[in-house]
Order: sequence, then structure tokens, then C-alpha cells
Amino acid sequence: MSMGMGPMRGAGAAGPVRATKNARVTTRRLVQRLAPERLRLVLALALGVLSVGFVVSGPQILGSATNVLFDGIVSQRLPRGTTPAQAIAQLKATGHSQMASMLAGMHLTPGVGVDITKMGQLLGVAALIYLVGSLFNYLLGFTMAGVTQRVVSTMRRDVETKMSRLPLRYFDSHPHGDVLSRVTNDIDNLTTTIQQGLSQLITSVLTIVGVLGMMIWISPLLALVSVVTIPLALVITTWIAKRSQRHFANQWRSTGSLNGLVEETHTGHELVQVFGRSAATIDEFNVHNRTLYEASFKAQFLSGIIQPSMQFISNINYVAIAVLGGYRVASGLLSLGAVTAFIQYSRQFTMPITQIASQMNMLQSGVASAERVFEFLDADEETPDIAVLTELAAVAEEVDIVSLRHVSFRYDVDEPLIEDFNLNVRSGATIAIVGPTGAGKTTLVNLLVRFYEIDEGSIVLNGVDYRELTRDQVRRTYAMVLQDTWMFSGSIRDNIRYGRPDASDDDVVAAAREARVDAFVRTLPQGYDTILDEDASNMSAGQKQLLTIARAFLADQSILILDEATSNVDTRTEVLIQEAMAELRKGRTSFVIAHRLSTIRDADTIIVMDHGRIVEQGSHDVLMRNQGVYFHLYNSQFAGVAT
Amino acid sequence: MILLRLLALYLRPYRRATLLLVTLLVAQTAGNLYLPNLNGDIINNGVVVGNLHYILHTGEWMLLLTLVIGLFSVWGIYWASRVAMGAGADIRAALFARVQTFSTRDMNEFGTASLITRNTNDVQQIQIFLQMALTMMVVAPIMGLGGVAMALHEGAKLSTLLLVALPVMGAFLSVVMVKVIPKFRSMQVKIDRLNEVLREQITGVRVIRAFVRNDFEAERFAKANHDLTSTALSVNRIFAMMLPVMMVILNLSSVAVVWFGGRLVSEGSMPIGNLTAFLTYIMQILLSVMMAVMVAILVPRAAASAERVSQVLSTSPVITNPPTPMMVSTRSGEIRFDHVTFAYPGSERAVLEELDFTLRANSTNAIIGGTGSGKSTLFNLIPRFFEATAGHVRVNDVDVRDQNLEDLWSYLGIVPQSAYLFSGTVASNLRFGRADATDQELWHAIEVAQAADFVRAMPGGLDAAIDQGGTNVSGGQRQRLCIARALVKRADAYLFDDCFSALDATTDALLRRALKKEIGAATVVIVAQRVSTIMDADQIIVLDDGRVVGVGTHQELVPTCTTYHEIVVSQLGEDAAR
Repeated sequence: MSMGMGPMRGAGAAGPVRATKNARVTTRRLVQRLAPERLRLVLALALGVLSVGFVVSGPQILGSATNVLFDGIVSQRLPRGTTPAQAIAQLKATGHSQMASMLAGMHLTPGVGVDITKMGQLLGVAALIYLVGSLFNYLLGFTMAGVTQRVVSTMRRDVETKMSRLPLRYFDSHPHGDVLSRVTNDIDNLTTTIQQGLSQLITSVLTIVGVLGMMIWISPLLALVSVVTIPLALVITTWIAKRSQRHFANQWRSTGSLNGLVEETHTGHELVQVFGRSAATIDEFNVHNRTLYEASFKAQFLSGIIQPSMQFISNINYVAIAVLGGYRVASGLLSLGAVTAFIQYSRQFTMPITQIASQMNMLQSGVASAERVFEFLDADEETPDIAVLTELAAVAEEVDIVSLRHVSFRYDVDEPLIEDFNLNVRSGATIAIVGPTGAGKTTLVNLLVRFYEIDEGSIVLNGVDYRELTRDQVRRTYAMVLQDTWMFSGSIRDNIRYGRPDASDDDVVAAAREARVDAFVRTLPQGYDTILDEDASNMSAGQKQLLTIARAFLADQSILILDEATSNVDTRTEVLIQEAMAELRKGRTSFVIAHRLSTIRDADTIIVMDHGRIVEQGSHDVLMRNQGVYFHLYNSQFAGVAT
Repeated sequence: MILLRLLALYLRPYRRATLLLVTLLVAQTAGNLYLPNLNGDIINNGVVVGNLHYILHTGEWMLLLTLVIGLFSVWGIYWASRVAMGAGADIRAALFARVQTFSTRDMNEFGTASLITRNTNDVQQIQIFLQMALTMMVVAPIMGLGGVAMALHEGAKLSTLLLVALPVMGAFLSVVMVKVIPKFRSMQVKIDRLNEVLREQITGVRVIRAFVRNDFEAERFAKANHDLTSTALSVNRIFAMMLPVMMVILNLSSVAVVWFGGRLVSEGSMPIGNLTAFLTYIMQILLSVMMAVMVAILVPRAAASAERVSQVLSTSPVITNPPTPMMVSTRSGEIRFDHVTFAYPGSERAVLEELDFTLRANSTNAIIGGTGSGKSTLFNLIPRFFEATAGHVRVNDVDVRDQNLEDLWSYLGIVPQSAYLFSGTVASNLRFGRADATDQELWHAIEVAQAADFVRAMPGGLDAAIDQGGTNVSGGQRQRLCIARALVKRADAYLFDDCFSALDATTDALLRRALKKEIGAATVVIVAQRVSTIMDADQIIVLDDGRVVGVGTHQELVPTCTTYHEIVVSQLGEDAAR
């Protein structure tokens, strides 16, 4: 299946250049999704600047407090009454030139101890600044939570809306599992990326900028040392990420194949057992499991290294600042408080860098999912419905309610499924469609209810061309009983009411009675309020079929389509349904695809299809007399009866 | 608790690696704790005294220590990844192997979809938790306790501050956890609900469009989406509070340290360098608490997954091999139902009652009846997918319960109701039951199954690709390939469970004729809804409501068996029943 080509596989096929370009395009599109939140993002940015500004200035003030403390301690040791200049000169004279130069950079009041009041004031300001900074930080987080949730929620809604706009052909040609995976797993993954990435990114980047500013302000030289860590961190992160990305891709690929094997084996469980394949399957599983283990180990190990690497760089930075800073304090070029503050800053500096580094890793899988989601959102949609509404008149009797004129339809250019198909259906008639597998019976139905659009010719409904009607208008004239007995998870009542939303409870019961399912429903403890679980596994196939029939009864449309509808129903119930169907067909036009003789023989017209064309057409008696295709079909099917 | 038990069990093979890992982490953390101490020394003995040599010398030491810490961390990550991914792979393998032994009933109890999720997603959750736990859960307490110890060492008096900061933080975190964890659970439920709606919209796309219910579906989705969004929003808003509050506690602690520490320093009861170191320790203690929180957040999800995994691992299959299996002496292929009654466990009403008949070798045996008559249940008793509540099912004259399951299954060629093919090629599917079958044998089976035309037309013929489930071939083609697969196996008895339904009448007739010629000597059992499929069978067994209401040929049954007569009339019309 070509559509399974995720970005990962694409990367393997066309090289990393294409993958990177795609990733860039995808990232840009992701950013575009933030556009409606522009104002809030600006607000968030402002809050971020405020928060970072406050929090970042904290250590500086804390450092000033340390300076006051240090000044006081040193001052205490100096003889009272001397000026700082005298004290320094004295130190120089006694050969303590180093000490002297250190003191030159301090605010000394010789003989006086620590100025507790000043220190207290500074600390009070620091506490206040921290509190306000955190408050802004909280407001930022609060705002961003709203932004991300709205963005993600909108994206989910877009995906759902997209589903309703996709032509049916999309669902028929893509495995349901894959579509489902895109709209659930990939969206989930993307949600996590946006939720964690976006809000952290703002603070991370701002913190780096703010902290760097403060560091430069305190000491440009020490700041330079710290700034060196950025390219170093960048080099290491990209080096690791480049390698880990390959293993991540491997990990997800082998997770996929393992998942496939498990799904397949569990689904065909009994076959695996009966055909004696358990041991072989376990071996196969172990091979896949081993591959997954190796890939995930490498991915985890490599991406895990990022954290200690950053820690290592951070520690080197710490050591460099401690040594260099200590050196400069000793030389009197820097105050001790400044170094203390600087050490705190350098810690704050490496933390956001580490965060961004690990987010880059997460982003990689997020972008991969985004690409799959965008691919889905970009799929070709159905042609838009006609804008000008044409009213459908009430169906008169004895007219052609449906006419197909030279209708052709194909999936592939060289493989026509329906070709030059002509058919006029009188209102009230029953049309039985027979023919071998692949003759185009189901395709014909798909065209009638406009699940697919015809390529050539025209279909006319009650005098109006399909092209002048909306799809919904067309579909509202049909009631269908399809092969698959789809139910949504909800009550039995709501499932029957699916046919006509405004039907009263009495109408629902009446329809159920007509479909002969009322008695069964009443045996259930909750009756019509019984909740059908996923896939309605708490009902038998026959019972589900009856419910879909009730649904069609309730819909009460002028044209019926019965697509092998009764093949799953209990023999006895079937007899009753046949009667009810005959009743329902009265005054209504119906298309019946069935293998059953009873419906076929009652039909006004039997259409024998083969290779997308009508090969024979007429009533049962006429066709039997002709001794053509129908005659042979009929005889081979009931070969045993004659003898 | 289940999570711990499961992890303890699956970490056992990695005992040594885990021990090494813990040692590495302890060493690494100890190093990280010692670094600020050295920094304090630089200030006390270097900066304050103006000893440049000491500064440089200690700096060298710090650098060396940093390098060692780095190496230990990488080494630790290596083993953490090995252990976490290894244990995860072991759990997956154990789950898969366990499910292979499950009987049909066990499978039904869990449901296929649920078993798949347990085998992959749930293990993944446990794996993520394990990876985090192996690194953080070890580091956090060491770092926290080490930080406290070092802080005490630096200044015992100042450490009383921790007596305030830690309980405040603990109280805040417990409030957050108590609020967040239930919301997390409900968020998971809402994610499931949203995905359920989407899944239904994909599978029900035809019905939705046929009944023009797009708006209704959009509304249903919008509601689920809104539910999820508002829960996620409140969870995220609580989280938005977490970091700032933690930072405030942390920063105010720093301020308090300088305030109280400053007084101690000015009194001369603490060197000034210790103050700087103390600040770093406070930071580390609080960081370790946050780390613990990050792991704690993962616990509820991992615990739920562990529970689901353990359920599977602790389920022993309902149906197992007998302790002393009996050997089959003659492989006639005959299948005998000896007064068999079957009721689903816990159900009072028997689905099958007192079935007593023989499905004979050398002939075609048909079983017919309406929906709910018990045909499929009867069918499932033969390969012992289900087990008779009373009576005996004998294959090759030996009770199925006395036979080794693998032996029993080797006698049977089964074509199930849902035609299921495995991904691979046409050939790999046909060789499913007998790996050494030649191409010639495969083609023969294909011809008998009336599949030759389309297999030849497929690109690659026998090597043509088959998608999972066989979705790239039509329903009728799938059924025919499934029949061919059973034929290649060469069995004593062939069981066809309503597997002709997607075939058109002509193919159906041709196929039955060819089958008769090919496997006429074996026991052929056909379960069917359509009379036309089975009316030329040698023996027809008519089931109604779990009881046998008629046994005989078509000619014998039409006049004598009312149920059969009804079926014939409803499907073929009055003429055929005359």
C-alpha cells in the first residue's frame, strides 16, 4: 500500500535532504496553525519577558546582599577610623599586594561590621521580585495551556471535518487501521509535542536571553566562557540527534511491524493453532521483538546521553567560572557577590539549553506525526455541492423516478467498472440485480446514492440531473440496508432513530415491530435503552441486521436499496421480513441485490450484470424463456433441485 | 503493587546489571553533591585568603571529578536502557507466548483488540516508566538525602530552614497530586472516547452518508472533543501552577539562606564559602523532589498498564493438553458426537443439547439451521475450541479431550467463517499448514478451489503479495484461497464453516463438484446457511435451537422435516420443496 509511506520511510528512500526539507515545511505549517492565537501569544511573550526579567534579576540582588555581607566581614577586620585607601596602602606596604587589589574593588567602611539593615532590605526586594516573577510565570503557563489546548482541539476538529469531506473512495482505498492511526495516534503524539514543547520553548529561549544579558552585565569575560558552552551544546546535541533519529525511526518502524504481527496473529488465532503454526509464529515474533529491542535500546541510549552530556558541559562551565571568578575576585576585578550570582546564573543558563536539546528529540517524532496528519488533511476532497438549490418535486406515479443514461465509471483508466449503463426505473418498481462476484452490483449502488461520482453520462432523479442536486438531497431520497451492520456506541433506540432523527419513541418501537426486532429488544434487561458497545459485540449478526432494517423502516424514504440485506437473518425471521419487505416495497421503488429466489422472482425487472454492463434485463419468466445467462445462473444455483 | 511485583519478576534476569546501574548512579550523584563543596573550598581557602595556587589546584580536581561523573552517567544510561528495553522485550515475549496457548474462550474473554493493546502499548507504558524510574527514582532520593547530609555538614544551624521548606513543598505537591491523578485518569477515558467516535466514523462512513447524518456525527465528535479539551485544560492549568510555586519555594529558601546564613557569617560562626555551597545544596534537594514528582506522575498510567499485562500473564488457558494423551490408532477421519450438550460457562440455557450423530468419512456431511441455531458452536467443538459440557466429541475414535491438541489439529483441515489471510504471498498463505508443499501441489489446490483464474491473473502468480487479512483480494477470492489453504494441509477431515457465502452461484457449484472429487475420501463437514450449497450432501443435519431436528438427505428431509421444509421454501420457493 503506497499510502503507508510515512515520512520515516520517505527518508530512507529519498535521502535525508528530502526528509529535512519536508520537516521544515511541516514545521512551518505547524507554526501557521498558531496564527489565530497571535494576540494571546504576544501576551504570553510579554508575560514571559516580565517573568524572566524578574526571576533573572533575583540572583543579582541576592549577590548584592552577599557583597554587603562580605564587605562587612572584611571591614570588621580593618582598624576603625582608617579610610579604605589607607587600609589598602598599608596592605601593599606589608607585601599583601594581592589582598590589597582585592579590597580595591570593595565598598569598605573599616572597623564597621555587616550592615544588616541594608542586607535585609536587599533580601526583601529579592523575595518580592521572585514572588512577582513566579506570578507572571504562572500567568504565562495559564495562558499557554489555553493556547495549546485550543490549537490541538482545532486540529482534531479539522481532521474530523476533513473526514466528512473526503470521497468514499479514500476510505475504500486506504486501510482503515492506517486512517485511524493518523487521526488518533498521530494526533495524540502531536498533542503531547505541542503541549510540552510550546510553553517550555518560550520560557527556555527567554531565559537564555535574559540570563545571558545579566551575565554580560556582571562580567563580560565570565559571560564569554559561558557563551562558549552554547555552540558546544549545539554541536553535541546535533551530533547525537542525527544518530538517534535513525534509531528512533527504526524503533517506530519495528514497533509498527511488531504491532502488525501481533494484530495479525491474534486475529487469526485459531488458524495459527489449527495449522500448527504456534511455534513458528513465536519464533517470528522473537525476531521482530529482538529488532525492536536493539533499535529502542540504541535510540534510548543515544538520546539519554544528551542529558549527562549537557550536565558535563554545565559542570565544566561551573568549574571554569569558579576558578576564573575566584581568580578575578582575588585580583579585585570582581566582587564575591558577583561571582556567587554568576554561578547561579550559569546554572540557570545550562538548564534551558538542556531542555531545548531534549525537546529537539521529542520534536522529531512530533514532526513525523504532523507530516502524516497534514498528508491526511491535504487529501483530495469531494467536489463541492452545487450552490443553487433545485427543489425536488414530489414523486408522481408511473414516471421514471431514476434514469441512468450512458453511465460510465472507473477507478483506473483502463479498467471500467460500469460502462455505458442505461436503465429506466418506474416509480414503485422492484429491481433485482444479479450477477457474479465483481460484476459491478455494489458499484452500481455506490453510484445511485452518489458515494462515487460518475465519469460519463448522467443519472436523473425524478426529472432532475444529479449534478443539479446536492449529495444530501440525493441521499435523502434513499433508505439503505447495507451489508455491514454498523452501529454506533449508543442505545438501541438512538441507533434505530439514526434513520430519522426527529422520530418519536413510538415511531421507533413501531419500526422495530415492523422489522420483527421489537420482541427481541424487549427481552433485554434495559430494552430500548440497552447500550450497544463498540462493534455491537453484545448482539448477534442476525439481530444487528434486524436493527439496520428497523432503521431503514423508520427512514421511510421513497427509494429502498437492499444490498444482500437479509443474508444474515434467521430463516424463520427471514420469512416474516420477506413479508414486511414486500409490504414496505409497496408504493416504493426498490433496488435489491440478493441471491434469494423469492425476491428475485417477485421483482418487476431483473437486471443481470456482468463486467459492469447489463447483459440481460426482464422479468423472471421472460428471462427463463430466453434461456440466456440468467437461465444458466438460475439452473446452476439450484442444480440439485431438479433431480 | 502489581506494577512492583511485575517489575521485580522481570528485572530478576537483570539483577547484576541493575546492581551495577545503582552503583553507578550512587557514585555519580555523590560526585555531583561533592562539587559545590569544592567550590566552597575555593572561596574559603582561595578567594578569601587570596591563594591563587589553591584555586587552580582545586579547579583541576573539580574538572577531573566532572569528567568521572560524566563517564559514570553515560555508563549508567547505557545499563538503564539495556535493562528497561530488555525487560520490556521480555514482557512482550512472555505475553505473546502466553496468548498463543489461549483457547477461543480465553481470546473472547479479553477480546482481540484489547490483547493487541496489552501486547504493545501497555508494555510501552511500563517500559517508559522503567526507564525513568531506573535513572530518576534512584538518583532523586540519593540526591535529596545526600543534599540534606551535605547541607547539615555545611551548617547544621542553617539546615533548620529545610524543616520549613520541605514540608511546605511536600504539602503543595500532595495537594497537586491528589487533584491531578483523578483528572489524569478521566482524561485517559476521554481520549479513548474520542478515538472511539473517530473509529466509528471511519467504519460507518457509508451508513453515515446514506442517512445524511454528518451533522449529528460532527456534534457527537464536538462533544467528545470539548470534554477532552476542558479536562486537559484543567490538568494543564494545575501543572502551570506547579513549576512557578516550586520555584518560589526554592527562591525564597535561597533568600532565607542568605538572610540567616549572613547573620551566622557575620557572627563568625560559619565561613562565607559555606553559604554559597549551601545555596547550591538547597537547590539540589528541591530539584530531587521535582524529579521524584516527574516519576510519580508516570506511576498511575504504568500501574494501570501493569495490571492489564498481569491479567493476561496470570490467565491459564481453559483448555489444555491432557496429562496422559491417548494415541489415535486408525485415522479414518470420522467425527462422532456422543450425546453432546454445551452451555456457555455461567449460562443456564444449553446452546446445544443432546447432539448424537456421526459425521462419516467418505462422505459430505452438512449442517444447516438458522442464525442462533448453534451451528458455529457445534463446529467449534470439533477442534476443541470449545469444550462439551456433557457427552463426548470423538475424532478418529478418540475423545478430543484425551488427545494432544497439536495432534488433534493436525487431523483437521479448517476453513473458518471469516476468510482470513495473513500478510505475505499467495504461496506463503497456502503453505501455512504444510511448509514443504511443492508449487505443483499448491497449484493443484488452487485449481480445486476454483482460484486458478484470478491467481494466474495476479502479478507474480503464487508470489503475488497478500495484504493483512487478505484485503487486497475480493471476499469470494479470499474464501477460495482459504479453501485451498486447507486442501494443501492434507487432513483426515475438512470442516467448512459457512465459507461459500461470498461466492456466486456458478462458482459455488463448480467448487463443490471439484471438492467432492478431490477430498471425497475424507470426512467433509459443511456448515451453511444456503440450502443450494448443501442439498446434494450425503447427510444433512438440521439444527434448530440447539437440537437436531432432522438427519438425512435432501429428498428424505423435505417431506419429513418441517424446519428443513421451511428453509427450503424461504430460500428456493414452493416449487423446490415439492
